[in-house]
Parts: sequence; C-alpha cells; structure tokens
Amino acid sequence: MSTHTRIVFYGFWLFLWLLFCAPLQARLNIEIFGGGTERIPIAIVPFADEGGLPQRVTDVMSADLQRSGLFRLIDPAGQTPYAPAEVVYGDWADRGASALVIGRTILMPGGQVELQFRLLDVARQAQLTGFATIVPVAQLRAAAHRIADIIYEALTGEVGVFSTRIAYVLKQGNKYALQVADSDGYNAHSIIEYNEPIISPAWSPDGSKIAYVSFENKKPVVYVQTLATRERKAIANFAGSNSAPAWSPDGKKLAVVLSLHGGSQLYLINADGSGLQRLTRSSGIDTEPSFSPDGRHIIFTSDRGGSPQIYRIPAGATELTSAERLTFEGGYNVSPAFSHDGKGFAFIHRHNGRFNVAVQDLATRQVQILTNSQFDESPSFAPNDRMILYATETGGHGILSAISRDGQTRQHLSVQTGDIREPAWGPLLKQK
Amino acid sequence: MKKTAGVLIISLLSACASQTTQPTDVEDRSMGADSSSYGADGNALGSDRSGFHPLNDPNSILSQRSVYYDFDSYTVKNEYRPLVIAHAQYLRDNPNAQVILQGNTDDRGSREYNLALGQRRADGVKNIMTLSGARTSQIESVSLGEEKPRADGSDESAWSENRRTDILYRGE
Repeated sequence: MSTHTRIVFYGFWLFLWLLFCAPLQARLNIEIFGGGTERIPIAIVPFADEGGLPQRVTDVMSADLQRSGLFRLIDPAGQTPYAPAEVVYGDWADRGASALVIGRTILMPGGQVELQFRLLDVARQAQLTGFATIVPVAQLRAAAHRIADIIYEALTGEVGVFSTRIAYVLKQGNKYALQVADSDGYNAHSIIEYNEPIISPAWSPDGSKIAYVSFENKKPVVYVQTLATRERKAIANFAGSNSAPAWSPDGKKLAVVLSLHGGSQLYLINADGSGLQRLTRSSGIDTEPSFSPDGRHIIFTSDRGGSPQIYRIPAGATELTSAERLTFEGGYNVSPAFSHDGKGFAFIHRHNGRFNVAVQDLATRQVQILTNSQFDESPSFAPNDRMILYATETGGHGILSAISRDGQTRQHLSVQTGDIREPAWGPLLKQK
Repeated sequence: MKKTAGVLIISLLSACASQTTQPTDVEDRSMGADSSSYGADGNALGSDRSGFHPLNDPNSILSQRSVYYDFDSYTVKNEYRPLVIAHAQYLRDNPNAQVILQGNTDDRGSREYNLALGQRRADGVKNIMTLSGARTSQIESVSLGEEKPRADGSDESAWSENRRTDILYRGE
C-alpha cells in the first residue's frame, strides 16, 4: 500500500469520552494502548462551520481512525483548506501526511445538516473518494462513523466497522443491564434490566435482534429480543437450564445448550422456539456453540476428553456424529468464536493460572496467545476480523477490552461504577 | 429466654468442636444410628430430643449443606460423601421431603462452561443421592454457575468457597 509509511512506534494514547448512559448512569471510558508497526499518517482538517454544530464531525472521525491502531493523526497546524483548490499539497507532504481529509458542514432549516467530505491522496495530489449527504443533527455521530468507514476502507482495503454496535452486560450492585452501544461506546442504552444475572448476548446476523440468557425466573432461560420493538420471546424454556445461544448465519435457527435430557448438550432450535433437534450426545459437558460463517459447522466446548477443549461437528450433526477435537495445547480451552472469514477461531486458553485470549488457525492448527492479562472471557471478532472484543478485569473490576488479531493494538472500555462483561460485537449493517 | 440462647450457643460451639476434632465420628454417626432414628419416627417436621429439627440440629451431619470441589472438577470428594449419603437417607426415609441442589463455580474462565460445570456438580450429588435411596422425584438439580458467588474476591479462599453444591430443602 503506497500510502503506508513504515514507522516503528510503540506509544501510549489516552482518550476519554464521557458518555451519559441514561438508565444506569454509567460513564463509558475508552483507552487505547500500543499500535501497529505500520500506521498511515493522515491529516484531518476540521470541517468548515462544524464548530457551530452540537457535535463536531471530525472529532468523531479522528477518534475512530486512531482507535483502529492503523492511523497516525497529523496536526493540521491551523491550516484550514475546505475545498481542493485551497489545498497546498507540498505543505501536507512536508508535515508527513500521506492522506488529507477536508470538508464542510452546512446547517439547513429544519435541523438538517449537509456534509461534504473529500479524501485526498497527498503524493498523487488527487481525490481518492468523497461524498455529500444530508443528515438530521441527531445523526451527526452516525454520519461521522460512516465517513470514517469510507476513509478506512479507501486506505486499508478492508471494511470499516465504526458504524457497528456492541452489546454487553453491565452489573451495578445487584442490577444487571443488557446494553447496546455504538462501537465507540457512545449512545449506550439498556435493552433490559433485571435484578438477576444476564449472560451470553448474541446478535442475530442482520443486527435486528439479540438472543441472551436471563436468570429472571430463577433459572437460565434463552430469550430473543427485537431491538426496534423491544418485543421479546423465551425461545428455550425447557426443564433444567437453557443457555449459550448462537445464531446460524441465515438467522433462521439457533444452537442452544439444554440440560433437558441430562448433562449440558447442544440442540438446534428455530428462531421462533419451534423444532427442537438434538445435536450432540456425550457423557460430558457440551456448550458454547459457534457457527462457521458458511453455516456448515459448529465449534463448541466439551470436556468429553477429560478436560474442556474445543471440538467441531457438522451443523447437520445427529447424536451419532463423532466430533473432531480442534485444540490440544493446555488443559483448559473454552469459549470458541469463529472468525468471519471462517479461517480460524478465538477462544480462552488457560496457561499458568491465567485465562487469555488466543486464536487458532483452522488450516495450520497454529495457536497464538494474544493477551497476558489474568482473567479474560467471552471473545468475539469485529465484523472485519481486525479486532477481538473480550471481557477482562483490572483492579477487581470487570472491563471490556479489544485486541487486534495480531496482538499489536489493545483498547479498554470501562465504566466508572460497575462491572462490564459478556461483550458481543454486532454485525455490519447493510447501508443503502 | 436468656437460658435458651445460652443453650443454643453451647450447642453450636459443641457442634463446631465435634466437626473439627472428630470428623470420623461425624461420618460414622451419619452412616448408622442417626439416619435410622429419623426413619423410625418418619416425621420430617418433628424435632428430636435436643429440640432441633433434625435437618437443623448442629450436632447432625444433616445441618451441613455444602459440598466443595477442586478447580474444574465435579468429583464429590470422599470427605463429602457421608454428608451426601446422610441427606439421601433422610430423603429415603421422608418421602415428602424434597431438595434443590444448586451447583456453583468460582468466577474464573467461561461463564457458560461454568454454568454447565455447576450443573454437573449438582447432577453428581443427585446421582449419589439416588443411588443411596432417594427418589429422583425428590431432587431437582440446578446450576447458578459463577453468577451467585457466596464469597467475593479473587483469591483461592474465595474461589474454593464458591466451588460448591448447596443442598436446600423445600419449605425451609
């Protein structure tokens, strides 16, 4: 990639975003550590007249790009070109920028804002991409995330995930809230709150629903809730415990874990709760299913071999199908999550008393341990597979963390009061 | 009133003493004389001579309600088998009595795996109980996983306290 500049740079960045999270009064903070060895130097000029808007668009974009660990922001040093004709490319080349972003905001009657943005290649002195759009003032952050996604995609060749959302469980005292927030932690809101535990949120592939496990009836029951309507339904409420929902890629079925017929075993159920079908029959624990992106396989945790390890079965398995063991290093490998490219999976690996995020390549079986913290849980891939979101602990406090798949960049997402856990990164949403 | 309280405290103290200093004695009694004496009167709600309901008599092994485990294990250790068997025999002799077994784990590792592990722990206790004469219909095994820790903290003393199956009698 010609716009890349090779810079070895390990540093520390601290960003603090304050967030008003209405129901539980929690503030979400994000910190970023480290950075890749190769980062794209980009200058983002504040857009014309954005200071008069309730939300500065370029602030949101800059934070997004910096958080990805793939960009280095170049200070515009007071230069304020708003149109290509005003750009003196030599000045930006001198500052070390290889990409330049300029734009305008125009406040229109009725609370609408016109946004114009251009991404310029400094070396070639040419426009790479650009667009104009009109959005309501209330959606300025969403529009900024979309622009950041376009810049990210144009300069890295990968899909940007700044417009995606995350779900997680926030515990404050005896209160549990299942929350959904933007990928930068903003706009967090509770979709349910209870005084009993909530675990294992799972996004439907189209991002319209979340399956989760609630203990509100004194035992684990799997619910599916539609985000737009808040309508929800218990889809697995059988005798015994019901847990670990995982959506099939077509969104029609879920794999769940039931103790209905003894033990904890995998079943398949339609998204409306009909058509229960047993997938595994082992004498041990079978849990934590995760579908391959092509829908053909399910990987899961089982202790059938004496210690918890990760196994694979065809999604059309019957009780007679034998499972293929995938993990062999160590005596405790749990919580598998397929990558979206289907080439590998993330999981939690226990080593010397630590529980760390690891990835395993399916073809080579090579394992890479990405973290060195004490208690990591619940890994899930970003939709572009670039980052893995997981829960961890600092100072006895549950926080979320995201680490790049190569282990180079890490970010923390925490609340000042309460524990945050059980994260799930939502899917890419189809846009126009 | 004061006298009763005094007797209670003495009973509790003596119970502690017998547990710590004479574990084998406790086991022996649970296996033999004690359990058969409940069977003789067959009254689950009655009190024994000491004034306690047999399930709550601090001198009875039946007042012990928790089985503890090693990390990632659901094996009922030998030291807890007499306790489980004593409850099984109580259930056998009192067909109207019912228990809920709640399996728990420490908070390390996967929440879902721990939920399944807690279930496995409760199921293991249930299995010993049914083999020892209790009816399946008298026992419900459930898991709380790592979600309801009795002890807070991130050290072995908290973890070992939380790796536990609790025996709860219905109506208590």
